[in-house]
Amino acid sequence: MGRTQRLWPVHVILVVGAAAMVAPFLWQLITSLQTTGETTSVPPHFLPSWQWSNYSQVFHDTKFAQQFLNSVLQTVVRVVAQVLFCSMAAYAFARLRFPGRNALFLVMLAVLMVPSQVYLLPQYQLVQNLGLLNTLSGVVLPGLFSAFGTFMLRQFFLSLPNEVEEAARLDGAGTFRIFWSVMLPLAKPGLISMGVLTVLWSWNDLLWPLVVVNDDAKMPLTVGLSTLQGEHLTEYPLLMAGSLLASLPMIVLFLAAQRRITEGIALTGTK
Amino acid sequence: MSATESPSVAAGKAAAGAGPERGPARRPVAARRPRFSKAHMKEWAWGYAMIAPLFLGLSLFYLWPIVQSAYFSFTSWGVFGGRQWVGLKNYSSFMSDPQLPRAAWNTVKYSLIVLVGIPLSIVFAALMNQVSGKYASLYRILYFIPVVTMPAAVAMIWRWLYNGDYGLINYLLSLIGIHGPHWVSDDRYTVWAMGLVGIWSSLGYNMIIFAAGLKNIPRQYYEASSLDGAGRVRQFFSITLPLLSPSIFFVSVLSVIGGLQMFDMVLLMLGKANPALAGSKTIAYLFYEDAFVTGNQGLAAAIAVVLTLVLLVLTALQFRLQKRWVHYG
Repeated sequence: MGRTQRLWPVHVILVVGAAAMVAPFLWQLITSLQTTGETTSVPPHFLPSWQWSNYSQVFHDTKFAQQFLNSVLQTVVRVVAQVLFCSMAAYAFARLRFPGRNALFLVMLAVLMVPSQVYLLPQYQLVQNLGLLNTLSGVVLPGLFSAFGTFMLRQFFLSLPNEVEEAARLDGAGTFRIFWSVMLPLAKPGLISMGVLTVLWSWNDLLWPLVVVNDDAKMPLTVGLSTLQGEHLTEYPLLMAGSLLASLPMIVLFLAAQRRITEGIALTGTK
Repeated sequence: MSATESPSVAAGKAAAGAGPERGPARRPVAARRPRFSKAHMKEWAWGYAMIAPLFLGLSLFYLWPIVQSAYFSFTSWGVFGGRQWVGLKNYSSFMSDPQLPRAAWNTVKYSLIVLVGIPLSIVFAALMNQVSGKYASLYRILYFIPVVTMPAAVAMIWRWLYNGDYGLINYLLSLIGIHGPHWVSDDRYTVWAMGLVGIWSSLGYNMIIFAAGLKNIPRQYYEASSLDGAGRVRQFFSITLPLLSPSIFFVSVLSVIGGLQMFDMVLLMLGKANPALAGSKTIAYLFYEDAFVTGNQGLAAAIAVVLTLVLLVLTALQFRLQKRWVHYG
């Protein structure tokens, strides 16, 4: 009983903090159900008039459904490619020995250290030269390869025990067999963490798609939202409905894969 | 702005000393093989084959572009098209850009404000560490939602909350008799407004890292100091903080790297038509404008190079200073 008594101030502070975290989203939800008139009243209407039509208007005024699909496609392709390329390279860096391995690893780390501004412009020109500006392929391309994912999975492979691999090798399994049917299944938690982080990053990625596409039908939701804002600068109910719809999938994903995401982050953040 | 800006995460991590020197996994069987055996060559071949797809992509989309950018920064488009070598001209026009002092100050100010979020997230992580698992995971979910929310949506939500006339924040302030300013259209307040959102959207992320660090602190330390009569506050300063210092270091490096590259909120929360835009630009925003709005590529490349150098120097400096305050248990 004494312990509970001592804990209540802790809970009070945590609840106040949590309220500050969540309140903006509640206000987003409330505003998304108001009329434009209601948003300009003082004091504010905390009980909206339930304008569900704001949501249908988002679909009507923008190519929301198409952009949603674009975001899904962009994300799926990137995750599949990254899991494949990164896991192979990560395994090689963690477990195989070949000349130049450490040098190549350092080169990869350099990509991580450099701010994205450095490669953005030449990337843009490359995609332009490939004739892929304003296409979904152009949006997806650079994100198929990730130094971050490789780095993260290498850490994971390093943490796996050697014994299983040795046993498979003594049984005569070749390198790729060992990687594919022994190590990958063992690395599943790491692959899921990395995959989920990639989904998050890809879904929310703004700068690259912003510069690569300007066609409504080709852009992912992040860019779609910014153009929605450009066209309806002060129609807050519409903006709130759109932004809520666009961010909902990641909130749902987070609730479903909460442990994987937090473990993934902890993996990158602790020694 | 959020945890999903992952490359910098690993950059910090790499920086935190888990580099390649950790070396190959020990493989006693392999070690006994002669140096140029057939098995050895096979392993080499597999090694190169397995990194080949990744390195092909990285070379094309990252490594070569980095080299190109460095080159572009010394060139500009000539009158008749084509690149011309102009030496340091781009660098000197960046340095003499009348927008630079304000943008540099805004960038530094924003980064410093976001750094204030670190002690805040340590306190919250430490508090969360005290409550039982059931409550802790509920709190963790609530604090983390801003991290997974699309930055474009975050910017929109806050632009509305900050609205000078009808925003919720100024309404709440008016209840206690304060007449709130136009947070996002008056450049005396914009950087503060963006900084607050920066703290809000990274708090949950930082807390996860600190929570992982806190778990590694042995309980016995607290029990022993309790027996010696140390209170909770005393314990926080003499046990928690020192033993958490590697995590604090990691998060600070990341915050500085992320803070100095902030650009999305200027574009989305303030917007291009905002009267306060001119006074609220950051360095990364200047880059965006030169690269993709006015099309001054040489200048943009020079900004990118300078930004990289500044980040490298700051990170190196942080590593130097860490010896004075970071304890690796």
